[in-house]
Amino acid sequence: MSLLEIKDLHVDVGGKEILKGINLEIEAGKIHAIMGPNGSGKSTLSYTLSGREGYEVTSGSILFKGRDLTEMSIDERAAAGVFLAFQYPIEIPGVTNMTFLRTAVNAQRKARGESEMDAASFLRFVREKAAQLKVSDDMLKRPLNVGFSGGEKKRNEILQMALLEPSLAVLDETDSGLDIDALKVVSEGVNALRDPERAMLVITHYQRLLDHIVPDVVHVLANGRIIKTGGKDLALELEKSGYEGLIESAA
Amino acid sequence: MNGNVMTTVEENRQDVEQLAKREYEFGFVTDIESDRAPKGLSEDIVRFISAKKNEPEWMLEWRLEAYRRWLKMPKPDWAKLNIPEIDFQDLYYYSAPKSQADGPKSLDEVDPELLATYEKLGIPLSEQKILAGVVAVDAVFDSVSVVTTFKAKLAEAGVIFCPISEALQSHPELVKKYLGTVVPQSDNYYAALNSAVFSDGSFVYVPKGVRCPMELSTYFRINERNTGQFERTLIIAEEGAYVSYLEGCTAPQRDENQLHAAVVELVAHESAEIKYSTVQNWYPGNAEGEGGIYNFVTKRGDCREANAKISWTQVETGSAITWKYPSCILRGDNSVGEFYSIAITNNYQQADTGTKMIHLGRNTTSRIIAKGISAGKSQSTYRGLVSSHAKATGARNFTQCDSLLIGDQCGAHTVPYIESHTPSAVIEHEATTSKISEDQLFYCQQRGLSEEEAVALIVNGFCKDVLQQLPMEFAVEAQKLVGISLEGSVG
Ligand SMILES: Nc1ncnc2c1ncn2[C@@H]1O[C@H](COP(=O)(O)OP(=O)(O)OP(=O)(O)O)[C@@H](O)[C@H]1O
Ligand SMILES: [Mg+2]
Repeated sequence: MSLLEIKDLHVDVGGKEILKGINLEIEAGKIHAIMGPNGSGKSTLSYTLSGREGYEVTSGSILFKGRDLTEMSIDERAAAGVFLAFQYPIEIPGVTNMTFLRTAVNAQRKARGESEMDAASFLRFVREKAAQLKVSDDMLKRPLNVGFSGGEKKRNEILQMALLEPSLAVLDETDSGLDIDALKVVSEGVNALRDPERAMLVITHYQRLLDHIVPDVVHVLANGRIIKTGGKDLALELEKSGYEGLIESAA
Repeated sequence: MNGNVMTTVEENRQDVEQLAKREYEFGFVTDIESDRAPKGLSEDIVRFISAKKNEPEWMLEWRLEAYRRWLKMPKPDWAKLNIPEIDFQDLYYYSAPKSQADGPKSLDEVDPELLATYEKLGIPLSEQKILAGVVAVDAVFDSVSVVTTFKAKLAEAGVIFCPISEALQSHPELVKKYLGTVVPQSDNYYAALNSAVFSDGSFVYVPKGVRCPMELSTYFRINERNTGQFERTLIIAEEGAYVSYLEGCTAPQRDENQLHAAVVELVAHESAEIKYSTVQNWYPGNAEGEGGIYNFVTKRGDCREANAKISWTQVETGSAITWKYPSCILRGDNSVGEFYSIAITNNYQQADTGTKMIHLGRNTTSRIIAKGISAGKSQSTYRGLVSSHAKATGARNFTQCDSLLIGDQCGAHTVPYIESHTPSAVIEHEATTSKISEDQLFYCQQRGLSEEEAVALIVNGFCKDVLQQLPMEFAVEAQKLVGISLEGSVG
C-alpha cells in the first residue's frame, strides 16, 4: 500500500473547478516533484491535502496510510503526519517562534497520546535542529515570521518540519526567495530528513532545487491535471523546452 | 481579595456574636440577631450593617450621608451598555458570612464543569477544594506555618494588611484620614451605594520607605468569599513605599448576588509606587445570555505627591456586564499613571471599560495599553479620558487601543476623550481593529493545533504587552484563562 493515494480528485475553489481529476500515488521513502505553470493548481493540491476550508473535494478520493483524509480535520491530518511548508508563511504577532514551535510539537504529541515535552528538553531539541538550519537564537525569540526575511521564513518552515517529523511533507516553493547559500542550507536540511518512512512532495518552478533535492519522480501539473510523469530527467527537459509544447500535446 | 480570611473570619464571627448579645439600642426595626437583613435599602439597613460591624459613630454617619446622597442621584446612562432595570429594594444588603457547613462535602458534589475549568487552569487540587467551597482556607493551607510566616514578615516591615472592617477597629484614625478622599461618597451612583452599604474589603498601609516584602495576595488569592457584593478596598503607600496587590482569581467565581458594586481607592505619597492587578472572572451568564453578574466598579488612584506612580493592570473576562474605569489622578509633579487592560467578551457579555488619566501636576506622564477581544454576540467598548489641566505643563500621554474581533456578530468600540488645557501637553492616541485571519488559524491548525488552541495562541499574542505586566505566577494562569474564555467562539 502506498503512503498516499489520490484517485480522480476534483476540487472546487470559490465555486470554480481548479483540480480536474488528479491521480497520484506516493510510496513511503520517495520524493516526488510537481512542476507546472502559474495558476495550474499546485498550491490548491497542497491545501486540499491539508484540509483547508474552501477547498471542496467534489469527487475522487485521498487515502493517507489507508485512511480517508477527506474525513479528517486539519489538525487531525497534521497529527497523522501531513505537513505543509507554506509558499507564503503566515505572521503571528506577539507569539514567539519558540512558543509556537513548542505548542505545535506538544499539540501533535498530545493528539497521538504521547506525553508533552517539558520546556528544558524542548529547548535542547530546538537548539540542535535550529543549528543545522542556521536559524539563529534571535529568530527563535522573535514573534513568528514577523519581520522575517523571505529566506528566513522558508528556513523556519523547514525547522518546523524537522521538529514535527511528518510522514508526508509537502514543500510549496520552498526555494523561492532563497539566496544561493540559503538554498544549500535548506536543501541539506531537507535531505537530512529523507527517511524510508517519509515521503515528500516538492513543488517548484526550478530545476536548481532538484539538483540539491533529487526527486524519484517528476510530475507536470497543468490546468488542474497531471499531464506528464517521468524521472528526474523530466525536470531538465522542461527547463530547456518549457511547458507549452507539453500542454499542447496533452490537449 | 481578603488577606486575612482565615484568621479574621473567626474574629468577626465572635464580634457579631457579642454584638448580637448586646442590648437593642438603635431603635430601628431590624432584628440585630438575624444573619441577614431584610430585603431593601433604608437608613435602618445602613444602621444595621454598621452595628453588625461594631463601627465607630463617624463611620455610621459617613455611610448615612452617602445613603442620603445616593437617594438623590440618577443612574449613569452614558455607557454603551444595555442594563436591565435593577430594583434596589429587591436586594439584600447584608448577610452574615456563610458557614462551611452549607457547602459541598467533597469535590464529588461539585459541578463537574467547574472542576474541568480548574483542571484546565492548572489549579492544584488543594486549592480547588477551597475554591469550590469544600473546605475552608485554613484547612488546606497550614495556617500555622504559612499565615504566621506571612503575618510575621509583614509585621516586621510595618505593613498593615487586613480586612477593612478590622482596620476600622484597629486603626480607625488611618481609615478616617483616607476613606473617601480619592472616591468621594457622591462620586457616582454606584460609588455612593457602595459607600452606604459596603460589606468588607481589604485595607493596606505601607509605611514610609518600606518596600512591601511580598506580593500581597500571594497566598491568599482564594477569593473574597466573605467580602460580599459591595467590596471596599483602601491602599495607602507612604513616601518612598512600594506595594503590589493582586485582586481576584482566574478560577470562575459564582455568586448569588447579581449586582456587584466595588470601590477601590489608592493613595500614593511622594515617590511611592502602587501596582494593582486584577483578574476578574465572575460568572458571565450562560451561552444564551441568561444570568451573570453585573459588575459596576469605581477604582481610582491618587498620585498625591511628586514622583508617585500608580499602575493598574486588569484582565476582565467574566461578568455579564462590566462597567469599570480604573483611573489615576496625577496630582504630584512628575507622577506616572499606567493602565494595562485586557477585556474579553464572549456570547452575550457586555463590557464598557477604560480609564481616566487626569494630569494636574507638571511633567506628569501616563500610558494606556488597552486590548479588547470580542467574540460571539458580545459588545466591548473602550472608553478613555485623558485630560491635562492648565498647570500640567509638559504632560505626556500615550494611548494604544487595539480591538480584535472573532466572528462577525460582535462589536468593538473605541471612545477616546481628550481634554487638553495645556499647550505643551503631548497626547498620542493609536487605535487598531483587526480580526483573527483565516490564514493564521489555518497555519496553526496545519501545525497540529485545534481551532480552540489556535484562537487561544493568537489572542495571547495579541494581549502579550498586557499579560507581561501581571505578576509572574498569575501570568501563566491568565494566559490559560484567555483561551478558556473564548472556547466555543469559533467554528
Ligand atoms: N478563492 C479562489 N477563488 C477562485 N479562484 C481561486 C481561488 N483561489 C485560487 N484560485 C485559482 O485557482 C488557480 C490555481 O491556483 P494555485 O494557487 O493552486 O496555483 P499554483 O499552481 O500554485 O500557482 P503558482 O505557481 O503561481 O503558485 C488559480 O487560477 C487561482 O486564481
Ligand atoms: Mg502556488
